Amino acid sequence: MNKAFLLCGLLAVAQGAIASTDGVDKTVRFMAANCAYCHGPDGRSTSAIPSLAGMHKTRFVGSMKAMKAGTQASLVMYQIAAGYSDAEIDAMGDWFANNK
Amino acid sequence: MTLNRRDFLKFSAGAASAVGLSTLAACAGTGPAVGGARPKVVVVGAGFGGATCAKYLKLWDPNIEVTLIEANEKFVSCPLSNLVIGGARNIEDLTFSYDGLKKLVDNFVHDTVVGIDATARTLRTASGRNFSYDRLVLSGGIELQYDKIEGYDAEARKTVMHGWKAGPQTVALRRQLEAMPDGGVFVLATPPTPYRCPPGPYERACLVADYFKQHKPRSKVIVLDANADIVSKKGLFMAAWKKHYGFGTPDSLIDYRPSSKALKVNAATKTISLEFDDIKGDVINVIPPMRAAKLTELVGARPAEGKQAWCPVDFRSYESKTVPNVHILGDSAESNMPKAGAVANNTGKMCAAALVELLNGRPLVIAPVITNTCFSATSGTTAMHVAMVFRADQDFKMVSQPLPDKGISKVESEAEMKFMDSWGKNIWADTLNLKI
Repeated sequence: MNKAFLLCGLLAVAQGAIASTDGVDKTVRFMAANCAYCHGPDGRSTSAIPSLAGMHKTRFVGSMKAMKAGTQASLVMYQIAAGYSDAEIDAMGDWFANNK
Repeated sequence: MTLNRRDFLKFSAGAASAVGLSTLAACAGTGPAVGGARPKVVVVGAGFGGATCAKYLKLWDPNIEVTLIEANEKFVSCPLSNLVIGGARNIEDLTFSYDGLKKLVDNFVHDTVVGIDATARTLRTASGRNFSYDRLVLSGGIELQYDKIEGYDAEARKTVMHGWKAGPQTVALRRQLEAMPDGGVFVLATPPTPYRCPPGPYERACLVADYFKQHKPRSKVIVLDANADIVSKKGLFMAAWKKHYGFGTPDSLIDYRPSSKALKVNAATKTISLEFDDIKGDVINVIPPMRAAKLTELVGARPAEGKQAWCPVDFRSYESKTVPNVHILGDSAESNMPKAGAVANNTGKMCAAALVELLNGRPLVIAPVITNTCFSATSGTTAMHVAMVFRADQDFKMVSQPLPDKGISKVESEAEMKFMDSWGKNIWADTLNLKI
């Protein structure tokens, strides 16, 4: 279990969520599914809004944190990124990197 | 015979159900199917809420038997439909088959639900078919309350459009605008809050003004707002009206009138009566007050007339607070989240996530955070957005988080129109299981 997964597990427990026994963290699965209305089903977009599926974790986490900090320009995501904790951003980074 | 984990869950489901339901204090819910039967969910309404819920139920637990009942043959998107009214898109661009969902769910039924027995957990349809369920999901959108506006009767509704459910109404309104001579007046009467799509009326004013600017420059849009002020993205709409349509000058294409609630409609003379004034137009567009869909009344989940217009739900599962085993999604639910397509889509996923656990006798997985992003066109080529992030509080209500720049665009742009277009493609694909 890597550090990010542990973090997300701790996060889930803190929020009263239950990680399933079959290895899928359902809290993170839901958070990733939430993105689909803009970024496409499973994070796959073929138009202007970027795809997230298969994005390298370093890029996902780096971009989200930079947009959250206001150091990377964006039209929409600097606002949405500000609503997520760093632990949630790490967990989603793992999710999209592992779901190509 | 050896039991795999799923079988074990099915056999143990009856006993395990108490664990899951103990987390739903407000609901005397019924547990999962027992005796090895597949749990049955019936979803009524294949709009953004219901279709998404049905799809994610099958993705997250294929063992659940999902029946999706929808009255319409095709899906027509309300988001982006003001662009059809303004002439920048065709209705075909927003119209999709249900084939993607038909492949995924166990039963896709074109029919109208006419009766629900919440005790027996059965429902019947207009064609006389009966369905039973373990859990029922109602995602019927809105009911328009024509009776709140005098004269808005069946006869008047033949010529006075609302255009607030996309489809034939959208096309008819577009045709009326095309037939209107230059120099004509388009009068748009908005509904009182809370209503479906808060920025929608102001976006419509933009897009009709955009059409007039290009093709009928002596014409005018009058907005009769039932509310005391612009209820959504006010600064951005005012800026767009000034920039594109001369708002604030004598030549303005848009005449905005707050606190101007439509009380009466005369379809023959195309006149809308306010408390102290009568406004005559060449095309009148009256959006009446609205409340939770009729479906929710069929099951007894809609509050009585005169009380709240929407159905109280438990935000962990979207289960009705008054009728057990019935979940209410999208615009019909009482919520502090806006009545928007993206919210319906995401609450469809919240409900699906909850049902998967409940029907397998497991405790609920609580969604800690959900988002809503909603684009509005300000002309045929420019748009802006509002973004929201909601977090569950200790009472499991979804609370809007403070975001930079209040979650709205700093300025409208052509880049955001490209995002709006992309948003449409992606939410339709996500909701309807379309190939992308």
